[in-house]
Amino acid sequence: MTAETSIGTVGRKRQRRQTLLMEGVAVVVIALLLIFAMPALLSGFRLNLLGRFLALAIVALGIDLIWGYTGLLSLGHGIFFALGGYALAMHLQLRTAEGLPDFFTLYGVEELPWFWQPFHSFPFAVVAVILVPSLVAGLFGYLVFRNRIRGVYFSILTQAALLVFFNFFNGQQELINGTNGLKTDTTEIFGVTVGSSQGQLVFYVLTVPLLIATYALCRWLTSGRFGRLLIALRDDESRVRFSGYNPTAFKTLVFAVSGGIAGVGGALYTVQSGIISPAAMEIAFSIEMVIWVAVGGRATLIGGILGALVVNFAKTFLSDQYPEVWLFFLGALFLLVVTILPEGVLGWLRSQGVKQMLGKSKKVSTYSSLEQNPEEERERENTEN
Amino acid sequence: MLYGSAGLGTSLLLKACAGNESANTAQSQGNSQTQQAASSSGSGDTIKVGILHSLTGTMAISETTLVDAEKLAIKQINEAGGVLGKQIEPIVEDGASDWPTFAEKASKLIEQNNVATVFGCWTSASRKAVLPVFESKNHMLWYPVQYEGQECSKNVFYTGAAPNQQIQPAVNWMLENEGKQFYLIGSDYVFPRTANTIVKQQLQAKGGEVVGEDYIPLGSTEVTPLITKIRAALPNGGVIFNTLNGDSNAAFFKQLQGAGLGPDKYPVMSSSIAEVEVKQIGAEYLQGHYAAWNYFMTVDNPKNQQWVDAFKAEYGEDRLTNDPMESAYNMVYLWKQSAEKAGIAENLEKVRSAAYGQTLQKAPQGKVTMNPNHHASQLVRIGRVREDGLFEIVNATDSTVEPEPWNEFVPATQGYACNWSDSNKGEKYKVKGT
Amino acid sequence: MLLLQSVFNGISVSSVLLIAALGLAIIFGLMGVINLAHGEFIMLGAYATFAVQSGFKAVLGESGLSLYIIFALPVAFIVTALVGLALERSVIRFLYGRPLDTLLATWGFSLILRQFVRSVDWSLFIGIAVFCLLFFGGLAILRRRLDGQQTRKGANTILLLLSLGIAIVTRVLLGQTDATALTKPWFSARNVDVTAPNWLQGGVPIGSFQFPFARLFIIALTIVCVVATYWFLQRSRWGLRIRAVTQNRSMSACLGIPTRKVDALTFALGSGLAGIAGCAITLLGSVGPNIGQNYIVDTFMVVVVGGVGNLVGTIVAALAIGTLTYLIGSGMFALLLTPVEALNPLADFFTFFATTSMAKVMVFALIIAFLQFRPSGIFPPKGRTAES
Repeated sequence: MTAETSIGTVGRKRQRRQTLLMEGVAVVVIALLLIFAMPALLSGFRLNLLGRFLALAIVALGIDLIWGYTGLLSLGHGIFFALGGYALAMHLQLRTAEGLPDFFTLYGVEELPWFWQPFHSFPFAVVAVILVPSLVAGLFGYLVFRNRIRGVYFSILTQAALLVFFNFFNGQQELINGTNGLKTDTTEIFGVTVGSSQGQLVFYVLTVPLLIATYALCRWLTSGRFGRLLIALRDDESRVRFSGYNPTAFKTLVFAVSGGIAGVGGALYTVQSGIISPAAMEIAFSIEMVIWVAVGGRATLIGGILGALVVNFAKTFLSDQYPEVWLFFLGALFLLVVTILPEGVLGWLRSQGVKQMLGKSKKVSTYSSLEQNPEEERERENTEN
Repeated sequence: MLYGSAGLGTSLLLKACAGNESANTAQSQGNSQTQQAASSSGSGDTIKVGILHSLTGTMAISETTLVDAEKLAIKQINEAGGVLGKQIEPIVEDGASDWPTFAEKASKLIEQNNVATVFGCWTSASRKAVLPVFESKNHMLWYPVQYEGQECSKNVFYTGAAPNQQIQPAVNWMLENEGKQFYLIGSDYVFPRTANTIVKQQLQAKGGEVVGEDYIPLGSTEVTPLITKIRAALPNGGVIFNTLNGDSNAAFFKQLQGAGLGPDKYPVMSSSIAEVEVKQIGAEYLQGHYAAWNYFMTVDNPKNQQWVDAFKAEYGEDRLTNDPMESAYNMVYLWKQSAEKAGIAENLEKVRSAAYGQTLQKAPQGKVTMNPNHHASQLVRIGRVREDGLFEIVNATDSTVEPEPWNEFVPATQGYACNWSDSNKGEKYKVKGT
Repeated sequence: MLLLQSVFNGISVSSVLLIAALGLAIIFGLMGVINLAHGEFIMLGAYATFAVQSGFKAVLGESGLSLYIIFALPVAFIVTALVGLALERSVIRFLYGRPLDTLLATWGFSLILRQFVRSVDWSLFIGIAVFCLLFFGGLAILRRRLDGQQTRKGANTILLLLSLGIAIVTRVLLGQTDATALTKPWFSARNVDVTAPNWLQGGVPIGSFQFPFARLFIIALTIVCVVATYWFLQRSRWGLRIRAVTQNRSMSACLGIPTRKVDALTFALGSGLAGIAGCAITLLGSVGPNIGQNYIVDTFMVVVVGGVGNLVGTIVAALAIGTLTYLIGSGMFALLLTPVEALNPLADFFTFFATTSMAKVMVFALIIAFLQFRPSGIFPPKGRTAES
């Protein structure tokens, strides 16, 4: 009996190692393809699009981490996205301008505001890209989770926070140039103009390994004990609490990590699109982030990446050719994903694949236990018939 | 639909062809050479131009009217034989009221479609977003809307009013005719804030007084606190200087009237209210209030009548014309004249030099001249809203007003000017003797 | 005088919030459904008002304008209630127990509604009519003919695709024709404006101050709506059922209350109230496809602060948030604090927030702070369910 199980575990371990190896090889191949083949195949414009969407895919990974695994639906990730973008853009502004960035003079500001000062240093800016959004997310998360606010309340509060940040950034012309935002295209970094094709190529190439690193981080976080704990939090928080864990700490931590990831994505997106403005904190954009993950498949990670790429390319294509259709399409996408494909494309493929292999159907699992009383749920199902 | 499906089909095909070619040319020649690439990719008998406005989103309301005006001008030019014997083919892109999208579509027009020039944008934020694209690719944008100034790019031609062609004359006129005390209100973004910086300095210099200043978020409709503050600051009446934009205007004027603040004691001078907006909000709310523009639909000259008739024939009897539309219409003609003078539409350097001094003798508003500082000299008019929603022109300058991109009332730019015809002067130089 | 003015303005700001949030509170309280399309229902109500006004203008001429709003109110209520009912029946009922999914689905629906009012014309209308006819007609026929669960599912999919295809082709073909009557958008992306009837323009002057009629009308309308809703919930047969289901769904089902019907009815009622709110706000500003977005976050705040399933909580929350927004935004707070020497730094602090857009920042920050003390709102739901 014991011998059998130990063989079983060894076998499983070996199998796991093999799949990990396979996955690693696949990731490296894709990375090489993206880095070397794509720049040769695509025009500068298309490559730039791809680079930007890959940056958005990083954000999608962060969303998947908190939504797919932990069951926290954030409608305010635009905050962290924008904070990351602003952190890098502020550094780039200071790097190029002698003395003050141009827009300050427009509003009669003569001295650099105090919080701009540290952004003179490149290492500080890089750290800030990750740390500022993480800290903001951590603080916000702590305040909210401490009071056991969750489910839709949490979502609404993130949305309110988004509006607060939007209004604040929008209104403070003298501090961060308000609606116009900060531009990065004409700035220079290490002797390269950010907006030049050379600079853009560098940022594109930089995006790929960062995406992979983020993916690896999320994989690592979700595969071990921590990951199981996150899923437990999603499925039954009370039970986790009764088991002696402190959900507040874990949720705060994972929310902060997710915020940091969004910051990285935001910074990479900013340098590739050439501008960061409060528009990145619009309500619609933050909800769109969620749909990337939903389309690809929650709690799959890869699904988030694919979803971000597919939805954004669809957006570029449709809003290009048929601007009228785009909102209809996006709206229909939300409805379809929620009603017909609650597990997303990848989840659907997997469950269908499993079904075919084993010849039995698997019950579609939803996060029913998230908010609702299970008793009530059972009753709803019963009264229907 | 904003454009017919048949036209869409052909432009799709052309886009696809151009796409392949630009992929090659962009790599072999780099970005700065795009204008040369443009000449090689044209099919020979058409010149492609880009039209870049928001067809969707909050700004679509205003920007689609500019698309109409630009397309009308292109249609008329094509019917009259085109430019340099070639037909103009407009490629319309949707900026979707989203600034990064504007930048993205601008690159697309330049790199994928190899357009000869781009007509586009409304908000300053969208212009600022596309500016780096046009500058890094050394391309050309024509921008039709009145704006806050403090900019003079080599790659942009501004055919709307600079502050000294709209805001400053408006403030002067109100100061002379309506009162010394001003309350400044605006939407919370760059144009109102910069405009109000100028107004404050100007009033200080000319003996007026600013008694209050407030900004409300774009699209907000709750203006009760604002009206309370106006009443508290101006208990006996005074001038309200309004740079609100979009939806907030309707809310402001409706509630202003409801609160009993009428134009007799609280005249409002607006910088973003033209005929289209008056009709939409309702003339009964606006009657007696003021606006300053270069053009009003009621300008009395034969060319304007002709234009208004052509516009109505094209888009419907109930359509109105206004200043930004007129400016959009003019800029297509200014570009056409410049291209013809240059002899080649695809060589942007030549077209640019040819544009300096280019004059439309008979624009709907009167005479319009493009200056070496990339802004246009135009007439300035003050109008008061009539009962029928059009404007009674109460004041007009006799001759055109020269544009000042760098404003004299902003300390940082006082005494500066812009001149692109002289390579020693360029974007911003100190004028001697100031 | 100043006090009277402040009280009136505070109440008028609050009343707009309350009327907009009322429907949302009912839906959320009963079903736990977050309806992100609520703002778009408000927008639909506003457009319905515009349509009624245009109709009156066309039929009765200018003289009809003074009465249109009396008719617009029920029309707005019925139109939005029907759209709400359709949404509940077609999507939301499959999502009960999945609040986060409902949130996304309603957002998707709100996007569709927003684009719909922009591009709706007769050809689109006919296309939708064709689709409904084919799909639901086919569904009815299939239900009679086919029995097998599996075959019916396949047939449904085919039917859906087929009718969708035919509808789109119809729409495109109609769009090709030159008949402008078919392709002219009803509203277009441009904002439209409703002119208030004569008797709602102007106001009652009291001293130097004037109470606008439009505001008085909205306050009165809000009171009527609240009272009517209260009466409906407390006194009517269906109201009793709704309250029963809110308190204990299983028990209600056992006692023979049709909980499904109660859900649908509640959703329709909540949507209809949004329609009335839409009608009211046409008196304040212009009507555009994005108008709902201005209200959505504010109304959610009212519901969250008020607590779930409690009409009194919603009223108190709306009053508190509205008054606070007004007092901070108009600089009254700063004004009140200045005379007291010790509070001067505080007064400066409030002066910084005394612009309309910064007031919003301040109010939301206060709400988040408030929820630190009362996470479940002013009147938290009592009993066993409170913790879940």
